[in-house]
Amino acid sequence: MPLRNYPNWGLLVMLELFLISAIKIAFVVGVALGAMPFVVLFERKLLGWIQVRPGPNRVGPWGLLQCIVDGIKLFFKEEIIPDQADKPLYLLAPALVVIPAFLVLAIIPFGPTVHVLGRDINMSVTDLNIGILFFFAIASLGVYGIVIAGWSSNNKYSLLGAMRSSAQMLSYEISLGLSVVGVLLLAGTFDLRTIAEQQAGGFWHWYIFQQPLGFVLFLAAGFAETNRLPFDLPEAETELTGGYHTEYSSMKFAMFFISEYINIMTMSAIVTTLYLGGWTAPIEHGLLPPWLAGPLWFGAKVFVLIFFFILIRGTWPRLRYDQLMAFGWKIVLPLALANIILTACLVALDSPWWVFCLAGLAVIFVIDRIVTMLRRSTLRAA
Amino acid sequence: MLQAYFPVFLLLLFGVGFAVFTMLLSHFIGKKKPTPVKLSPYECGIKPIGTARIQFFVKFYLIALLFLLFDMETIFILIWAVAFHDKSIQVFALIEMVVFITILLVGYAYVWRKGALKWR
Repeated sequence: MPLRNYPNWGLLVMLELFLISAIKIAFVVGVALGAMPFVVLFERKLLGWIQVRPGPNRVGPWGLLQCIVDGIKLFFKEEIIPDQADKPLYLLAPALVVIPAFLVLAIIPFGPTVHVLGRDINMSVTDLNIGILFFFAIASLGVYGIVIAGWSSNNKYSLLGAMRSSAQMLSYEISLGLSVVGVLLLAGTFDLRTIAEQQAGGFWHWYIFQQPLGFVLFLAAGFAETNRLPFDLPEAETELTGGYHTEYSSMKFAMFFISEYINIMTMSAIVTTLYLGGWTAPIEHGLLPPWLAGPLWFGAKVFVLIFFFILIRGTWPRLRYDQLMAFGWKIVLPLALANIILTACLVALDSPWWVFCLAGLAVIFVIDRIVTMLRRSTLRAA
Repeated sequence: MLQAYFPVFLLLLFGVGFAVFTMLLSHFIGKKKPTPVKLSPYECGIKPIGTARIQFFVKFYLIALLFLLFDMETIFILIWAVAFHDKSIQVFALIEMVVFITILLVGYAYVWRKGALKWR
């Protein structure tokens, strides 16, 4: 802790803490909000290519300015507050969705500790020793905003979307919490920075190789938590027009949109930190200074995951709601429990990493066989 | 220790500021031409039928209850997982957790048999 070097000048210490925090927050929020339009554009482009059409290509070269123009447009849009809406709650809901989305950004470690001006600066807004618990606690607060948005709009579609969304997010939150236990067993800490540091030294140290089953489950639950296809039932536009944000217009709609994309980015960042080694390089190279290589590797890994999110959206059909709930409660949840026991046994036995890997892959293979067999027999019976 | 939470507090202030600022800005620079039809609840252009405070499926409550139960278990398991790193308690902790999850699975099987996980 560099702050202890000072004599008891409380004010100066506070000022330093304030300045360092403010700079970090400006950087992280700037990157998140600055990258968001390009993530949206990239998603629209990629979906366009998958569907054999060019995607946005009118505003700016390669359509690069499309989402920025869209953002400016939303500012000038008419603000509609429906007559029957519960006005205070209706105005509160977008804020309740967007604030937790920002808060979760605080705990993501995007780079190593660097030495600047005689201080050790951690490249993350803050390092909480309860890191992953903080993520679960704050990320689930977003449900309140969604339920309040659906309820206060006084619209049937909004209410249905909100109910679906809350039930879905609650169901998958359990799976999300249980599938991460495998990593916690190996890491022995909640602190995301320590978890990332433990995976340094080469890609074979990444927890994805010791936790293939946990990784798959966490990713599936993460897709459901961020309301992404194939789990985007809450806003299924073909049945609910827009779900919980049907009645929102102008910047209030944009806030739901922003928080959705920030949530995708944070979910990718958390998956990167837990399973893909965080900011550490796949192979130690020493070509770049660590303060540059760390964030670059981190960005590259997050980008690959976002790319994966979009690919899934472009290629998978949407699940039916009963299938969604059955998948969460009957497949992901028991598998997460099995993963806990399996990992704990292997940790107690001091197994090498390839035993973890083979055991996880074997479970995935067996479950895949069983599910396929059950599916075939039900199809034959029908 | 608490100073680790100071940036979180700062970020909270930023989030509140961002939400209030964008909402106020769009409130002031957006045009406003309200009409009764525009302000009515959206139902695909059809006149809204009845109230929006419709009855919804009772299963949603059931899911909420199940979530409470299982989330409590999750919290216990998360803390157990971090403590598990201590070699001296590992065997005992493993047996404890097997017992714990077995009890959990009994309840889970009961819920499944009762059809609480079936969505119809």
